[in-house]
Order: sequence, then structure tokens, then C-alpha cells
Amino acid sequence: MVHSDYLLIVGGMALVTYVPRWLPLFFLAQQRLPQWFVEWLDLIPVAILSALIFPDLFVRGDPRALVLLQPKSVVAVPTLLFALKTRSLGGTILVGMLLYWITTRWWT
Amino acid sequence: MEKDLRYDTIREGVRAAWPICMAYFPLGMALGVLAQKAGFSPAEIGMMSILVFAGSSQFVAVSMISGGAEVLAIAVTTFMINLRHVLMSSSLSVFFKGASPAFLSLFAYGVTDESFAINIMKFRKGTWDRWNALAVNQCTNAAWVVSTIIGAYGGQFIPVGFLGIDYALSAMFISLLMLQLRGGLYVLTALISGVVSIGVSLILPGNAYVIIASLVGATMGFGFLKARQRKGLQRGAF
Repeated sequence: MVHSDYLLIVGGMALVTYVPRWLPLFFLAQQRLPQWFVEWLDLIPVAILSALIFPDLFVRGDPRALVLLQPKSVVAVPTLLFALKTRSLGGTILVGMLLYWITTRWWT
Repeated sequence: MEKDLRYDTIREGVRAAWPICMAYFPLGMALGVLAQKAGFSPAEIGMMSILVFAGSSQFVAVSMISGGAEVLAIAVTTFMINLRHVLMSSSLSVFFKGASPAFLSLFAYGVTDESFAINIMKFRKGTWDRWNALAVNQCTNAAWVVSTIIGAYGGQFIPVGFLGIDYALSAMFISLLMLQLRGGLYVLTALISGVVSIGVSLILPGNAYVIIASLVGATMGFGFLKARQRKGLQRGAF
């Protein structure tokens, strides 16, 4: 056993991870939601995706710093255009990976 | 008949999940390697992946454990990291009208950034049902658990950055974001959220920036929507 509190740690992590995932699904799915709330929720996915990807592309290092031009952000441009053009998720991922792999061979 | 339907449902789910599964492998193996170095057995890290199933918080927890952190500190940190799923589960809930409590409780287990992104896109296309979505969750979960265990056994032999696989999730999110931009309002919301996210991530430690930026972005987008409606303009006019 790595740590005498292994079960306590993992159990605690499981609980605090599961409850935020479970609570809204369990209660909101059974309810009629007010119109304004549905309209607001409609914007949440695009906001979350954006909030996840922007720092991933433009922020790096520890401590974090804004780096506008770096392989991740530069490769994002053709990747984005490919996604727009083809609307293919799998294809975009493969193209993005390939371009990133090529780019990072001479620029890191 | 019933059986065939179920089989097709699972197959569609697996087909939608493959990019996530592929991207999870190097991440999961990296976690397995770290965990093994921190003194975890393959069974212990595998059990953590089964019970917790939340990548970034598992990385943080493993490093906190090897640093001798208290149980409470680890739990609080994990909670903060994973709180963003409240927003994802909330916006998914619209598509689960009439699902049984047991189904919802099982589905909730597999809500991650990645499964959320795929499922919400598919639901909006209108070709998705909740069993498809569950198949995506469970498939990605299996890939995560297996990859962390493999990592704990000897993932250090896999070369870093092989074939650009560390860009797989970035490319996936870029692509899914594009597919979600169905009009000016969505583009505006995405830009606000993205810029706020960068700003907050530079100021605050941890990943609170995801929640803060999502709330700010969606709320400001909603504000624009209401202002536009009050002006009596047509939807999609800007």
C-alpha cells in the first residue's frame, strides 16, 4: 500500500468528483426548466469548449505565460480551417496531429 | 430486433469515442508512469482510475500524495478541479428528459470534458440517444483505466510526443468548437469566454479559469441575446 490513507484518499476523490457530475443531471433532467435558463445553458457548451482550448493554445510554462506564437497555436490555424472545410472530427484530429508532429520536429 | 438495436447503439457510441480513446492512451500511460514512481501498484492506480475517472485531478493527486499531502487537502483540490463538470452536466441534462434515476446516476459517472464535448455535439445534431451517449462514456472510461494500468507496468518505454499524439485532444476541441459555432451569438460567446479564460489562467492558479470564463462568456452572450431580443431584431442578425 502506497499510503496508509489510500482508500480514504481515493474514496474522497471519487465522492467529490462524482457529486458535481451527478447532481445537475439527476435533478435538472426531471424538471421543466425556465426558458431563460435553457437559453443560457444553450451557450454553456461553446463557452466551456472555448475556455478549455484558448489557454491550451496560447498559455504555457510554469509559471504560466502568454505565448501567442507557439507550435500549438500556429498548428491550430490549418487545423481549424480543415475542420471548417470538412466538418470531419476524426480527419481534423489526424491532420492536427500530423501537422503538430512535423512542426515540433523543428520548432519547440 | 431489440438486441440488434442495442448492438448498433453501442457500435455508434464506440465509433464516436475513438478519438478520445486514442488521445487518452498517452495521457493515461503518463499518469501510470508517474503513479508507479510515486509508489502506486498497477492495481492501485487502476482502482483510482475506475473510482475517480478524472484525468487532471488524478495527476495532481498523485503528485500531492508523493509530496505527503493530507487527505483533506487532496479532496478539496480534487473538488475544485472537477467542479466545472457541474456546468457540463447541467447543459447535458436538457437531453435526458424521462431517463430513469438509475440511468442518470450511471451516466453521470462518465461525464468528462471529452465525453461531454462529443455527446453535446451529437445530441445537437439530433441523431443521438442517451444509450449512444452512455456508450461513449463507458468506452472512454475503459480506455482510461486500461491505459493507466499499462503505464504503471512500463509506459516509460513509449517515446514522448510520438506522431503528434499530444495534440490529439487540442485538435479535437478545436474541431468540436468549430462545429458548435452556429451563428454570431455563439462566436461572440466563444471569443469572450476564450479571452477571459486566458486572462484568468494567467492570474489564478489551478483551473478555476474554466468555470469563471464559461460563466462569464455564457452570461455575456445571454445578455447580448436579451438585448437583441428587446430591440426586436431577428435571431441570428448579428
